[in-house]
Amino acid sequence: MPEFRDRARTLVDTPALTYRQRVQALAGLAEESLDAPKVSAACAHALATGLVCDLAEGHAPYRPRYLLPDYSRALAHGSEFLGLAAPTDLYEAIAFLLSMYSQVPSITGYPVYLGDVDRLLEPFASDVDDETLTKLMRLMWVTIDRSLPDAFTHANLGPDDSRVGRTILALERELLQTVPNLTLRVDPTRTPDSLVLDAVQTVFACGKPHFVNHPMMTADLGPDYGVVSCYNSLKVGGGSHTLVRLNLAESAKRHSGDIESYIATTLPAHVAINAELMAARITSLVEDARFFEHSWLVDEGLLSLDRFSAMFGIYGLAEAADHLVALSGGTGRYGHDADATALGWRIVERAAELVSRTPLPYCEGNDGVAFLHSQSGIDSDHGVTAGTRIPIGEEPPLLEHLRAVAPNHRYFASGVSDIVHFDDTATRNPQAVVDVIRGAMATGMRDVTFNLDSNDFIRITGYLVRKSDLAKLEATGVARHGSDVLAAGSVANSHITDRVVKRVISSESAPRVAG
Amino acid sequence: MSRLLASPADLVVSDLAVVHDVEPVGLVADVVPFSWVDGPGNRFAVFLQGCNLDCIACHNPHTMPLKTPLARRVSVPDLLEEVRPVVPFLSGVTVSGGEATLQAPFVAAWFAALREDPATARLTRYIDSNGCADGSTWDLLLPHTEGVMLDLKALDVATHRELTGLGNAQVLDSLDRLVAEQRLAEVRLLVVPGYNDSEAALRATGDYLARRAPGIPVKVIGFRPHGVRAAARHIPAPTAEERTAYATWVAASVGDDLVTVA
Repeated sequence: MPEFRDRARTLVDTPALTYRQRVQALAGLAEESLDAPKVSAACAHALATGLVCDLAEGHAPYRPRYLLPDYSRALAHGSEFLGLAAPTDLYEAIAFLLSMYSQVPSITGYPVYLGDVDRLLEPFASDVDDETLTKLMRLMWVTIDRSLPDAFTHANLGPDDSRVGRTILALERELLQTVPNLTLRVDPTRTPDSLVLDAVQTVFACGKPHFVNHPMMTADLGPDYGVVSCYNSLKVGGGSHTLVRLNLAESAKRHSGDIESYIATTLPAHVAINAELMAARITSLVEDARFFEHSWLVDEGLLSLDRFSAMFGIYGLAEAADHLVALSGGTGRYGHDADATALGWRIVERAAELVSRTPLPYCEGNDGVAFLHSQSGIDSDHGVTAGTRIPIGEEPPLLEHLRAVAPNHRYFASGVSDIVHFDDTATRNPQAVVDVIRGAMATGMRDVTFNLDSNDFIRITGYLVRKSDLAKLEATGVARHGSDVLAAGSVANSHITDRVVKRVISSESAPRVAG
Repeated sequence: MSRLLASPADLVVSDLAVVHDVEPVGLVADVVPFSWVDGPGNRFAVFLQGCNLDCIACHNPHTMPLKTPLARRVSVPDLLEEVRPVVPFLSGVTVSGGEATLQAPFVAAWFAALREDPATARLTRYIDSNGCADGSTWDLLLPHTEGVMLDLKALDVATHRELTGLGNAQVLDSLDRLVAEQRLAEVRLLVVPGYNDSEAALRATGDYLARRAPGIPVKVIGFRPHGVRAAARHIPAPTAEERTAYATWVAASVGDDLVTVA
């Protein structure tokens, strides 16, 4: 308790925190003082030693990690909780959504999903001219950035063309904000090349949007899905209770024996441990905190438990494959050597099979099991490659890169990120990028994200930051964005390192105060 | 082809012509499955071996000789198989060089095969050429070709000869024909300091192109010493400001919206 009081005092006294950051940090500290959901000794040990990781979601889950309210239903029916009737024009619709966003929780404290904004607003847009539409959307976009300063806040566009969608892309190029994160859903039969091209030009300006394979998503998740936070695809009206991830690099290191025995015994044992932690957290959220019994979103039919599942994350595939190859006397590396890459695919396929056979409570949104997710890393990961990526800086040429990672994508209904880098040549030939996106999707890629090397915007794990903002933060020590409570804990614990510049970006994944 | 040719080194232009009557074969210096600088969109670019010019400023001098053990002989079916797995990612294919038109029968046969195969029919087929090709060569190529990117090394014939070893009458004929048949996709001007970089020459080139190839994009490319032969390494690369000036002079007649600088 004295330690608790000291840390609370430090948070109160830390000058770099805004009021809101301070409140969030204190809430996090309080939650950490409670007991974590009960798990077996083996599971607790795996958590403590880094085989599995709960992404510092907190000891006492009281809201789902990711939730995707059905904004379309809310706009159609109005909301008793918000005290707002169904909007009748674009002005009311925008005010309605902005009000609603302020009342939507998630693991970050901000909504991670803002809806498919083009589809939501297009029906209201026919009454206004282009100038008015641009002005209103600019106000909406600026308000989102200023009031929800978290790069995991995510809006969706497409797959159909629309005036609202085009206006948002134009505003993205003008405003150059990191918030919200943005996804364009691409359907080869519905999304015109000119819209993809517009989006590619927007990537050149600000690193957004991310592109997803709409037919592949709807095949796995049904027609109503959304992309939230970074690369997490889930059902609208539902979401993910939790995201717990298995460190495959660590899993492989704990294995002794050959590749076959890893696939046959070690991997299943580790999958079971990760699933145990997930089950404990889900049960705590649903049965102890009873989130679904006291949320206005559930009361008003905007969320329902039966559309929820949970995300089983894996990461460190590259190191796992390399290590297992080395155990067998080989030297091949994932992403470069055909056998090592094929072993990576095999591990993913096996993990998918195991997860699909592991029942979890309250996961009716995916027939009673978790969604497999290629987890794109957190800022404190060192020496372990995000998800199923090829280690950054070692990626082979573009075509080989896409061929190496594409076979994994079918297994990750809830998202996978492979970030493709390109240089300035692309800006003189944007159609080439459109071609690559279409080709990637035609050959089985679910998610495609680009980083332009010369851009001010860079993706850290999946969300965006501006290099210039990082420089400003280093100089002043204050950040409006991302401004993570938990970074304050690190301040309190004197753990500020050069990594702090990244940590300000997200409230999702930074290390908790009580480590 | 092995029944006709002992080794690639034996291959010369006349052999190719003979061989093509039987089964067209290409002498390929290199293949780039994803190229973003050889025409619109993402393209499968084939660099054929052998050139009929001897350009001082050539940045791929190893593709100039026809006799080289570095190139490989490729049949039409082989090259079709090479492009097949990449097709979903492509806007089209481009044949460059060397000089692509030197192997016109092979290029025409490959283009025809691409068009006939339903899996590759949507790909656009482009040629990157120095324009030193006669009428019968274009007769062979143009029915299968959507676009040609044409180099004009110099408008002035003496300068052209100094830069390439040959005059430019055939190049200018090719330009007219490609315009007439609506196949000219782009004109490329490689500007080499000390040779064709004067304001007067570039303004005259712009005037000529505005008259003879109206509406056609022009790419102004500044010389880069990277990769050139020893004899050209002393030539300085133009600065960004100089390259902008070149473009401005060309654009005075051609129009700003049609001129890009690389």
